[in-house]
Amino acid sequence: MRRSLLALLFFVGLVAIWTAMVRAKIWSPVLLPSPHNVMDYLVSAARDGSLASATVVTLRRLLIGYFIGLAIGLPLGLLTASLTFVEDTIGVLALGLQTLPSVCWVPLALLWFGQTEGAMLFVVIMGTVWSVVIATDTGVRTIPPIFARAARTMGSGPFHRWLHVILPASLPYLISGMKQGWAFAWRSLMAAEIYVTILTGFGLGHLLHYGRELNAMDQVIGIMLVIVVIGLLADKILFSPWERFLHRRWGTGRV
Amino acid sequence: MSLQEELQGPPPAKLVVDHVSKWFRQKRQTVHALDDVSLEVAEGEFIVIVGPSGCGKSTLLDIIAGLEKPDKGQVMADNQPVLSPGRHRLVMFQESALFPWLNTFGNVMFGLRLKPGLRNSERREVAKFFLHLVGLEKFMEANVHELSGGMKQRVALARALAPNPRVLLMDEPFAALDAMTREQLYGDIQRIWEKRRKTIIFVTHNVREAACLADRVMVMSPTPGRIREVFEVDLPRPRDFNSIEIAQHAAKLTTVLKGFAEQEVAAVS
Repeated sequence: MRRSLLALLFFVGLVAIWTAMVRAKIWSPVLLPSPHNVMDYLVSAARDGSLASATVVTLRRLLIGYFIGLAIGLPLGLLTASLTFVEDTIGVLALGLQTLPSVCWVPLALLWFGQTEGAMLFVVIMGTVWSVVIATDTGVRTIPPIFARAARTMGSGPFHRWLHVILPASLPYLISGMKQGWAFAWRSLMAAEIYVTILTGFGLGHLLHYGRELNAMDQVIGIMLVIVVIGLLADKILFSPWERFLHRRWGTGRV
Repeated sequence: MSLQEELQGPPPAKLVVDHVSKWFRQKRQTVHALDDVSLEVAEGEFIVIVGPSGCGKSTLLDIIAGLEKPDKGQVMADNQPVLSPGRHRLVMFQESALFPWLNTFGNVMFGLRLKPGLRNSERREVAKFFLHLVGLEKFMEANVHELSGGMKQRVALARALAPNPRVLLMDEPFAALDAMTREQLYGDIQRIWEKRRKTIIFVTHNVREAACLADRVMVMSPTPGRIREVFEVDLPRPRDFNSIEIAQHAAKLTTVLKGFAEQEVAAVS
């Protein structure tokens, strides 16, 4: 209770400072709209449906791309950690491509797929896959070998061992890899949406882009807020339960 | 198999280690870990293998478990050659090797779930029975990190006993525990052995532990690992770790081990 009260106080204070800065008229209201104006924009965008439809378009791209990325990255990471041939090939590739900022995939995606959903998905998947591969690989390699030995003596075969020992044992790494993958996917998608108009649907990035074109700073800041809130919610909904489970079982985190 | 049979325990196994040799090839050198080791373990016997570190006793245990393959010779369990690990020979390691992603109950269930022919409700019954046997029925829901070192090894023991193995292989299971906890576990392990009549092969470097637990003690010497002497310990059970008879047996074992060390020094100089 006390904690949430303090947090609330912090954010109210932030908005108060913002308001005070607008009132002081240091910058033109075109450059720094008041919280009130931003709120007005968000309410009107919510009323005319443009905010909801853009959010749906963006989230659909993000979620589909992200889960495809996970579905590719997890098994690949398991393979790079268990087979030297895959380690020397896919593993090196993953390491290299992970350092490539994923927005660099946008030009290639546009040439290959045109201004379509396919291009967006491709960028999101490329943003997700490599960091998931690396995290899974690291996770599997840090498992104490005694776990696999103990499981083998109890009659656990290779497939059972992957599913019931290696995956859960590397869970702490997997979760942080999945978080990182999520962050990369989110970033690359926003960059792509701002960078190019995709004809098959207008996402949050487009709204942001048009806000700039129209010099509508209330729209720009409003959409940025929405993006931040979505990121926060995703963290709370997708990852927090897992992290709480990890801390409880492994006895890590706050004491 | 009925639940009743499951809880009563199987006929213990006969185990034969037949002229086993093992080399570890490393980049710079080849280490001769085991040289022509043979031993026979009767059904329900409690064997302790004792020796200095590096004498290959853990390797021998791994080979019996099927975790390592011998380069020469073979291991027979119930007249079947041991080719891979299997739940008839379960291992208890020095570190508990409990899975941190499962709670106490889940850990004991792990091996049971891999055992065919049981209903899940029966598996749960069996797991509870063994947690009760090691005195941890109140900690079923506890996470691994919440258990003390001794409790962890008790859970590991329950996990190893639960799938009803024919042979229990114990690789210095108490070495990392404090003296008080260890002495308690000597009592427990003897009580459980009495009740369950498993064939147990127990590896340690602690001579007193060996004398306290064993029917027969095999003394190994290092480089290459060989079984050099075999002692019978025919003291009545349960044995008290601190009794004079145990100390006397332990003293004999110490003398033999010291002899090996001196031979080694002589060989080097």
